[in-house]
Formats: sequence, structure tokens, C-alpha cells
Amino acid sequence: MISILRTIWYVFLHSFQKRVTVQYPEQKPYLAPRYRGRIILSRDPDGGERCVACNLCAVVCPVDCIALQATEDEHGRRYPEFFRINFSRCIFCGLCEEACPTYAIQLTPDFEMGEFHRQNLIYEKHDLLIDGPGKYHGYNFWRVAGVQIGGKDKGEAAHESPPVDVHSLLP
Amino acid sequence: MTSPYPLLSILGIVIVALSIAASLIYVERRLLALWQDRYGPNRTGPFGLLQVVADAIKMFMKEDWIPPFADKPVFILAPAVIFVTVLMAFAVLPAAPGIIVADLNIGLLFFLAMSSLGVYSVVLAGWSSNNKYALLGGMRAAAQMLSYEVFMGLSLMGVVILAGSFSLPAVVEAQRKIWFVIPQFPGFILFLIAGFAETRRIPFDLSEAESELVAGYHSEYSGMKFGMFFVGEYMGVTLISGMISVLFLGGWLGPVLPGLVWFLIKTFVFISFFILVRAALPRPRFDQLMSWGWKVMLPLALVNVLVTGAAVLLRS
Repeated sequence: MISILRTIWYVFLHSFQKRVTVQYPEQKPYLAPRYRGRIILSRDPDGGERCVACNLCAVVCPVDCIALQATEDEHGRRYPEFFRINFSRCIFCGLCEEACPTYAIQLTPDFEMGEFHRQNLIYEKHDLLIDGPGKYHGYNFWRVAGVQIGGKDKGEAAHESPPVDVHSLLP
Repeated sequence: MTSPYPLLSILGIVIVALSIAASLIYVERRLLALWQDRYGPNRTGPFGLLQVVADAIKMFMKEDWIPPFADKPVFILAPAVIFVTVLMAFAVLPAAPGIIVADLNIGLLFFLAMSSLGVYSVVLAGWSSNNKYALLGGMRAAAQMLSYEVFMGLSLMGVVILAGSFSLPAVVEAQRKIWFVIPQFPGFILFLIAGFAETRRIPFDLSEAESELVAGYHSEYSGMKFGMFFVGEYMGVTLISGMISVLFLGGWLGPVLPGLVWFLIKTFVFISFFILVRAALPRPRFDQLMSWGWKVMLPLALVNVLVTGAAVLLRS
């Protein structure tokens, strides 16, 4: 009997406590820098696309929401002809970001992607590409790739030295 | 002491009772939220006040579905019964001197009779739904009402002995010297508990226990028929709160402020208490409910009547 009255009294005391609700549209919650939200494709510091269309992200994606088609430019560099993410399937697990060898695909702290039509949740490459390098400033895959491109052999580009003949290092 | 304009006061009481019951949908959600450290509905209109309108529009737009296996006439009648009986009981509730629909000399008995008739609504709803959960809810409601009705009436007999009348304005006038909550404290507690059972509010809402019986007696109801049960419940809360303030807290009596304001303040305090208890207490088991009613509350009510009667007899 006493415990019932005490319960009622304790619940009544809650009238003077702070409410825990976050009034969302007016009051935004804090999102950590590594929060896994909307997926973007970044560019390298020179403004070129980082994505080399290796398909690793599409393969690792557990819900198969990434679709892309690889092609080559006049220098023989690979890039995606189209790059499509179906956000109505995406579970924001971040495996694509971990799999990416060129830091091209990244997840951002933005989750406000609501749409009235499901078709609008399919993002094409021009929706995904951003102008900056994202989380990794100064990284340019093609500068450290050691890949031969049309017109230039290995080690012939600027700031590059000719490759080491590994057989000469043998004892 | 009936009102000089009977139609006007009938209209006034019906409109006020209905609008209080409707606004309780909003008030209850906001108060529950307050006690659970939330905000509740605060988006529609200023402070979310238009939530009532939105809810009402939603209720009317819903499909009014009668299941093919239901007993159709009874199914339709049941929600009306609760509505009518509660509204009838408001007729004897004196809000202020002269503001009463019918000053019956058996007003208290009329109130008890009407609130007892209200249980037919629940039982018939449970029966006509032809659904095992609804039937269980209706049966529980019948048993619960039967056992709590008894000491509800008995708990009021102390008040009747002290006031010497069944007429509610006379009961209020008899409290000029001292509110009956002090000499009749056990009766007050007993009536409060019986009132919770009467309105089937949370510690005693076994007839619609959603964790066991889906929604109990109104499992099969939808649209405005469900809304009628809902509004009926809120009107019952208002009625019981008004009754407590009339019978035990001196109704319209109070200093400075006009009588109607005092009555409304007292009523709203008890409405808030109903909601506070809903926020605080869990639901007992059904056998606990029954044995609590018959083995504890009924003897206490009898002892209360005995002691009050003896005291009044000795003093005269």
C-alpha cells in the first residue's frame, strides 16, 4: 500500500524534471564525424574522379544496392561509366567505404534523405559526386598507383622515379 | 433549486461535458508525457491543441467496419449505451447553485444506477463481437463491475448519513462547516478506488488489458464506434471526478472565487490524479483484483458505514 503511494509520488516528481525529448527538426542531434549516413563519391585534389570502377564496393555490399559499369578514358585510366546507389536498399553499413582502395566512396553524417517517391531514392553518379576530397585531403591514387597509362610508361610522369628492378635486389 | 432556464443548462452541461471529454484526449497525452519526461503531441497548432481536431477527423474518416460474424444490432447499440448512461448521470451533477439539469431527491441513487447500467455496454460489446478476446474482456468487466459496484454504493452511505439526503445539492450544502473528506476519509478512499474500477482506468483496466486481450471488449470496434467507447471512458473520468468533488470536497463551496470555478478546479485536480495513477501503476492480476474487492474493500466499506452510523447516532 505504502509502495503504491510512493510510486505515485515519485512519478509526480517527474513533473519538475527536464524532458529528454530532442525536438528534432528545430534541434539537431550531434552526429559524430564518422557517422555513417548518405554515401558520396569524392574527387582527388586535382579535381578528377577518384573512383577507378574496381567493383569492390558493389561486391562487398550485403544488400546489392550499388551498380556500376567500368570504362576507360583516353589515357587508359578506369572510371565508372555510371554509378548508381539504390538508397531504398542501402543499410548504411559502411562496408563499401572500407573496401574502396582509392578512398572514393565515403559515408557522410547526413541522414535526411526522405522522399515521397521511391524512384527518387536511386542516386546517379552526378547526385553522388562531390567537389572535394572528403575525409582524405591530399590523397591522389594515380600519383602513387604505379600504373602505366596511355603515352607514359611507369616512372615517366612528374614526381615519379623509374621502378626498381626487384630482381636486382636478390642476394 | 432547479435552474430557471432548464433547456439552457441542459445544453450547457452537455456541451461542456462533451468538450471536456474530447479535450481530455489531448490533456491525458500531454500529462502522461510530462510524467514520462516527454513532450507529447505538440506539433498540430499552438502547443498541439489542434490534436483533438485532428484525432476527431481521423476517427470519422476511418472505415466503420462491422465484422460479418458479429451480432449486428447489439454491436451497434453497445457503444451508444455507455455514452447515454454516462451523459444521463451528468444530469444530477450540480456544478454550481442552480446549474443542474434535474435536482432529483434520489440524485445519488440515480448516479449509481446509471453508472451500473454503463457496464451493459461493455458486456454487450464483448458478447456481440463474437470474438474470444472480446468475450473475455466483457466477462471480466461484468465480474469487476459487480464486485466494485457493491462497495462503491456502500462507501457513499457514510456521506448520505452525514448529509441526511440523497440529493446532491443538499449534500454540498451539508458541507458548509467541514468537507466530508475529513470525517469520511475512508469512504473517500474507497470511492476513489471504486471510481477507478468504474471507469475501467489503468489499475483496473482488465477488461481491455492490451497485453493479454488485444483490446478486450472493443477489439472488433473501429471508427467512431470505437471513438464512442473512448469518449465514454473520458466522460466517465470527468463524471467520477465531478462526483468526488461534489460528495467529498464541497463541490462549489470555496472562498473568493465563484462556485463554478471552484467546482471545475476540484474536478480537474481529480482528472489529473486519474491520469497520474495511469502513469504510475501497473495492472494487477484478475484474481488479485477480485479478492481485493471482496475481501478488503467490502468489509472496510461496511465498517465505515457502521462507525459513521454509530457516531451520528451517539451525537444526536
